[in-house]
Formats: sequence, structure tokens, C-alpha cells
Amino acid sequence: MTTATAKSERSVDPIVSVDDVTFGYGDLPVLESVSIEVEPGSFLGLVGPNGSGKSTLLGLMLGLRRPDDGTVTLFGEPADEFAAGERIGYVAQDATKAARDMPITVREVVEMGRYPRRLVGRFSSKDRRAIEEAMERVGITDLASRRVGRLSGGQRQRVFIARALASEADLLALDEPTVGVDAESREEFYSLLADLNATGLTVILIEHDIGVVTTYATDIACLNRQLYFDGDPSAFVETDALEQAYGTDQHVLHHDH
Amino acid sequence: MMGSASLDASVPFDEATTVRWTGSILLDGVEWFLDHVFGAGMDVLADLLGMPMLGYPYMQRAYLAAVCIAIIGPLVGTFLVHREMAMIGDTLAHTAFAGVAVGLFLNSALSLTVSPLLTAFVVAVVTALLVELLVEHAGAYSDTSLAIVLTGGFAVGSILITATDGGIAVGIDAYLFGSLATVSTENVAILVLMSFLVGSLVTLAYRPLLYVTFDATAAHAARLNVNLYKRLMVVLTALVVVSAMQIMGVILVAAMLVVPVAAAAQVARSFKQSILLAILAAGFAAIAGVTLSYVYGIAAGGSIVVAAIAVYAVALGFQGLSHRLPTVRRLRSQWPGETRDELEADGGERE
Repeated sequence: MTTATAKSERSVDPIVSVDDVTFGYGDLPVLESVSIEVEPGSFLGLVGPNGSGKSTLLGLMLGLRRPDDGTVTLFGEPADEFAAGERIGYVAQDATKAARDMPITVREVVEMGRYPRRLVGRFSSKDRRAIEEAMERVGITDLASRRVGRLSGGQRQRVFIARALASEADLLALDEPTVGVDAESREEFYSLLADLNATGLTVILIEHDIGVVTTYATDIACLNRQLYFDGDPSAFVETDALEQAYGTDQHVLHHDH
Repeated sequence: MMGSASLDASVPFDEATTVRWTGSILLDGVEWFLDHVFGAGMDVLADLLGMPMLGYPYMQRAYLAAVCIAIIGPLVGTFLVHREMAMIGDTLAHTAFAGVAVGLFLNSALSLTVSPLLTAFVVAVVTALLVELLVEHAGAYSDTSLAIVLTGGFAVGSILITATDGGIAVGIDAYLFGSLATVSTENVAILVLMSFLVGSLVTLAYRPLLYVTFDATAAHAARLNVNLYKRLMVVLTALVVVSAMQIMGVILVAAMLVVPVAAAAQVARSFKQSILLAILAAGFAAIAGVTLSYVYGIAAGGSIVVAAIAVYAVALGFQGLSHRLPTVRRLRSQWPGETRDELEADGGERE
């Protein structure tokens, strides 16, 4: 998949394509005619106020939900019919909650990345190599037999990244992954994401810290039920999309990195 | 060819004969195993330890049954507890009581001879699937809805019991509190069969069950059939609870899915290790409980649960003690230059 990045930008098929999508929970509208594309090798930052539909949009992109209206394609197929689960790595917002109490080792979690390929039966040497390399890549090899719940927040997030790498995913989706992680570990975590993105992994990140997104992302989408902005970070800071999306009473901190 | 101790269940379907036939083979097998393998071994043990109780056939049945429960209870319970669904076992046990009552009621009202255990299996499995389907729509387990199903099941059971002509209310104590004396070879056969069934299903579905338990959203994104495995989990729970009900009693049976698991979670590091330790804890509690129950003439279910809670208390104490060392280490290593990452990672580990 690394070859995809070398091609000129508009000639390749997008990894995710959201076309005029509308979605609501019952009568409550969450998204209204949103259209957005995620190019191979890009790093998309999704920003917007609480309840703006970011997580819902990510769920639609990954085919976890079906749109009320419009179409979503994932790797060229209708997203909710897409079957190659190993191509998607997902770090959910509440993933760390279960990880805290359950007796489970780092290795056991990283191994889950191979489950879509091998739901039953012994792991092959290729599986085992992928697991080792994934732990090596994010620097958690020496933690392999530790209980995940007894790691720091930053280390735990690396475990989830390793799970996605072990599955040799082409798309990594993260929903506010650094909630409750200290500032120093967050910096390391996001530079790791940027490194992985530089090697060709496509990243979609939901993040409340606008500073992080403008620093590391290659594309920004600003959302509040509708799409207020979709483009590169330098253009984003010039516009008033943020103020529009957050309304008049915005409490967003604007970090300069 | 029909076993000497014939099945008291006559199944009112076309497959009745097949069921009877397989049942009798299984029964013969278990009887043979009880007489010649397990029983013979226990007889030797009885002589060695000077404990004649180990040689009594009904105690041998009780030990074998208790060990089966100690294996399948924690095997399924470990997934439930870590999905924060510990209450579902209790709920299904109470609806299984309604199932027993349905069986007794049908037998008395329509003069059938359906095994109450069979109706208990049917009612518990159906309730399990209904609860799971409701949850799939509502999105989360709620204590309130489980409490409604639990008490509702028990209420229906009590109504049916009292609506049925006298007599049967006598036998109901055995279902409520469990009993060793009433453990028949058929009960043991059912438990052995369930142990194989539950054991092989969990082994086959171990990976998806673990993924769904740990991180259901990511499992969904990885295209695992999350709902299928959640349903499998509750159906397995229903099977375990009903097969263990006659020994443990409706009211206490869920403890075998929860208490040993909670004990193991204190000390285990990996998930596999936690299942193994939970089975060991449950096995110890089961053997100790059955023995105490015989020696002091007390309820078996209660003795097993109290023994399991004792194991939990020991595990808790052990974990508390082992916390002290890292605490000391943490205080001593509070020098500048130590990163928070390293400190937090050390917290709680017993290395």
C-alpha cells in the first residue's frame, strides 16, 4: 500500500468517500449532507464541538453505521458491506475503560490485530512476526507480558496502535485517543502517528485539541452537523470556519505549536 | 440397549427416540465411567486418606458434578464478568426456575412426563436471547431491566408452583437451594455433556469472544460478527446455569460464574491465566464445599459459595500485600528524572 502515496494526489481512488450523507438518531439530526474524501496516505483531523457528530461520521466512514441518506464507500466498496476487517485499525474513545480492569497482557491485545485473519487455529510464523514487529515499532516489546491495565495512559494507547499495525491495516481511525494522557506522552504519541503516516498509513483522527490537529494533520475537516471546512491546516487557520462551527460562545483553546 | 436407569424425560417430538437413544448411550458411558474409572479411583483415594465418604457412589457423583460445574462456570463467567454482565447469570437462573415450574405445571395439568430440566433449558435459553436482542436495540445492559426479568421470572415460577396441585412444592426446595442427595446419574451425565459442549464452543470461539469482551467497537470495525458472539455468550450462560442449578440451587448458582473469576482477576496477568486460575479456585471451592457439606450435614451450594468467597478473600489479601512492595518502591524512586510513565507502569506490578 506504500506505493499509493507516490502517485499524484487526485489520480488515485480515495480510501473513504462520503457523499452527501445525512444521518440522525430517531428525530435528532446529527449530520446533514456531509461530503468528504480521505486520500490514501493522508492524515485527516476531524474537529468540532462536543456533539457535533464527529464520532458518528467516523462510524459511518468505517461502515459501523449505515447512512439515512447518501453513500459511503470504503476502499471502493459500500462501507457497511466492506468485509476485509484487517485493513482497518480502530481505537475507540472508550477502549481504555475496559482495558483498565481486565486481566489481559499487552501481547494478548496486540494479537487481536491478527484475529480477522485467523479467528481459529494456531498463529503462523507470519502472524507471530507481525505481532513482534508491531510491538517493536511502537516501543512496547519490553512490556509484552505486562497487564494492560497497569500501564500508563500513553503506553496503553501505543498498545492499541500496535494492534492496528499487527493487523497490517491500511487505515487507522482514532477517536480522541489521548483523553487522560499527560502532555509529554501526548506529544510522543502524536509524533508516532505522524511517523506512521509518513510511511504511508492513512490516519483519521478525532481530536478536541485544535493545536494538535493543525500541527500533525495533512487535512482538516471542521464539523458541526454540517461540514464547515475541509482542506489543509494552513488554509484552515486563515478562515473563520472554527468560529462558525463552534458558534459565538466558543470555549476552544487555540494552542500555537 | 436402553439403559437400566431409563431417562425420566420423554420428549414429545419425533426425535424422541433418537434423543432417548443418544441419552442412554451417554448415560451408560457416564455410569461406566463412574463405576470403573472415577469411582475406582475415588475408592483407592478413600482407602489412602481413610475417608470412607469418598467411596460412596452418591458422593462420587456429587464430586464429579461439582468439578464439572467448577470448570464450566468460570469458563463462561470470565467473559461475562469482564463485560460487566455478572448479573445475567443470576437473572437467567431465576428464569430457569420459571422453566422448572413450567415443566412441573405442564406435567400436572396435561399429565405429561416432560423433564422439568428440559423446560428449564428452553426457558433460560429463550430468555437469554430475548434479553440480548433487547440489549442490541437499547445499546447497553441496564440493571433495571435485568432486575425486572429476574424478579419476573421468579414471580411466574412461584405462581405456577402454587397453581399446581400440592405435592410438587415439596421438591422445589431442591431446585431453590440445590442438593447433593438428589444428584442422579442423569444429572451427572448432563453436566458431563455440557462440559464438553461448553468447553468446545468456548475453545472454538475463544478469540472472537475475547475481542468482543475486551473492545466490542474495535471488534465490530474488524468485521467480527459482534452480535453473534454476544448471543453465543448468553446462551452458554443459560446452559451452564441450568446444568449447575440442581446442585448449586437457583439462588446461588450464579456465584460460580462470578466469585472465582473475581478472585482470579486479582492475581492473574493474562486473560488465559485468569480463566485457568478461576477454574482452579472454583475446583478447590467445589471439592471443599462438597466435603464440608457431607461432614457437617450442611447445604452443598452454600458451602461451595462460602468456600469460593474465602478464596476470593485470600486473593484480595494477597494482592493487597503485594501492592505494598511497589508502593515502597514508588516512594523511594520519586527522584527527579524518573518519568511518570515508568512510575505508573510499575504501580501494581509484582516484579
